[in-house]
Amino acid sequence: MLLISCPYCGVERPETEFRYGGEAHIARPADPSQLNDEEWAQFLYMRTNTRGLYAERWRHAHGCGRFFNAVRDTVSDKFVCTYKAGEPKPDLDALARASQEKDAR
Amino acid sequence: MTRYSFLEVAKNAFSAHKNWGRQWRSPEPKPAYDVIIIGAGGHGLATAYYLAKVHGITNVAVLDKGWLGGGNTGRNTTIVRSNYLWEESARLYQHALDLWDGLSQELNYNVMYSQRGVMMLAHTVHDIQVFKRHIHANRLAGVTNEWLSAEEAKEFCPPLNIDKNIRYPVMGAALQRVGGTARHDAVAWGYARGASAMGVDIIQNCAVTGIRRAPTGEVTGVETTRGFIGAKKIGCVAAGNTSVVMAMAGLKLPLESNPLQALVSEPVKPAFPCVVMSNTIHAYISQSDKGELVIGAGTDQFVSYSQAGGLHITTHTLDAICELFPMFRRMRMLRNWGGIVDNTPDRSPIIGLTPVPGLYLNCGWGTGGFKATPGSGHVFAHTIATGAPHPVNAPFSLDRFRTGRLIDEAAAAAVAH
Ligand SMILES: Cc1cc2nc3c(=O)[nH]c(=O)nc-3n(C[C@H](O)[C@H](O)[C@H](O)COP(=O)(O)OP(=O)(O)OC[C@H]3O[C@@H](n4cnc5c(N)ncnc54)[C@H](O)[C@@H]3O)c2cc1C
Ligand SMILES: [Zn+2]
Repeated sequence: MLLISCPYCGVERPETEFRYGGEAHIARPADPSQLNDEEWAQFLYMRTNTRGLYAERWRHAHGCGRFFNAVRDTVSDKFVCTYKAGEPKPDLDALARASQEKDAR
Repeated sequence: MTRYSFLEVAKNAFSAHKNWGRQWRSPEPKPAYDVIIIGAGGHGLATAYYLAKVHGITNVAVLDKGWLGGGNTGRNTTIVRSNYLWEESARLYQHALDLWDGLSQELNYNVMYSQRGVMMLAHTVHDIQVFKRHIHANRLAGVTNEWLSAEEAKEFCPPLNIDKNIRYPVMGAALQRVGGTARHDAVAWGYARGASAMGVDIIQNCAVTGIRRAPTGEVTGVETTRGFIGAKKIGCVAAGNTSVVMAMAGLKLPLESNPLQALVSEPVKPAFPCVVMSNTIHAYISQSDKGELVIGAGTDQFVSYSQAGGLHITTHTLDAICELFPMFRRMRMLRNWGGIVDNTPDRSPIIGLTPVPGLYLNCGWGTGGFKATPGSGHVFAHTIATGAPHPVNAPFSLDRFRTGRLIDEAAAAAVAH
């Protein structure tokens, strides 16, 4: 089971308190009526599904109830960080390099 | 290739079975092939087999980053059934079921296909309504599936607890008598042996790291850990790693990869006659010919490539098993493991062309593709050989996510097998 730290409550809690929300930073279309079928398919269904560092949403369903974002390594399942909704997406490549350097040390 | 027969067994007995030949060749990769299949799971190997057998295309390589059958093919709980809801699915899974029927003879390899019946339990009024709808839809599509009362379910599977005072009492069941199990490894090995004998090169420990394309867009081959290998046609059958491989060709897919777990108990004498599944309380169980109980759990909620899931998921499943089958309460579990399953939003597979010329895709089988192995390989070989889908897989195009013609089996089976 994962241990997840909620950036709103500021505490680490077991995974069973949380619900997964899929890939993060997929913006709802500003003007839906202007989208063609291909753009809808991209928004609704296409996911990067990354093997490595992945930005994803979680909801503290049995706690504060709020959505937040996280960066997690999908191979080791280890969290790199969690951050509040609305905050910018971290630079995943830079984080990956940093964690590689840390492993090398 | 030695044809296996009673005579061969007798002959080999004289040398204490020490001189059986290898079942498939282990060649060095050639510089180029007519077709490259990425992924030597059951689906990839079946594809290669039917490319050679049905279409006469034998200059084929099947590449795998590990050993053949070491992905979900060797990790699944081997349930075979065809009682899916929609006509498109019924046709696809029934096509596979028809091929299972003669598969051991076809491959000259015992895949231990056993039609012991697959029973799905209903625990709520909603379950009853959904299952009856399935049964009616199946009957119209020519697929067998029948309704049993709780008492009839117990008659079919005596260890079942139908006490009304348990947390999720059994209110009835849907039974597909022709459903059952098969030996997963034997399916991969049988197809590998058959394909290899017809000239297909199976190359293990050879990970694809890139897909090379011409300036005009079409594929020209793959970069691998054992060098570049050319091909004008490439079929990707990489299950949980499909998004990773297809990103090498610049494609993003409607897939999420999740861990799915299973576990086996210590072996015991035959005690369990059929396959029982319960989607509502996330458990399914059968007994292997070795005597182990084979138990499947649910998926973890998050994207992962770890091939290991959370222990709370298996614990939850064992709670359900102990309540439904009290006689297993003191059984010891020997091993548990995870596989990475590639789930689509509508829980139906994708089999067909891609926007990249020469690149074909067979994925999205998620938690339930073992049962489809022969049918999937058969129609995918047709798609690659002719450059157009077989009528059976035409509805399962990647394009359906753009047109909106989804084949929504998601509600049909929350755990799905
Ligand atoms: C625990 C569990 C239980 C299941 N139970 C059932 C069940 O009861 N009934 C059922 O019908 N289905 C079940 N399934 C689903 C079923 O196992 C799969 O749908 C099916 O086996 C997929 O077969 P495949 O050949 O497509 O994939 P796999 O067998 O996973 O083969 C894909 C291959 O691609 C290779 N590969 C990946 N990336 C690369 C690369 N870059 N280069 C080279 N090779 C690569 C992998 O090494 C792997 O061998 C279950 C799955 C799991 C995990
Ligand atoms: Zn919180």
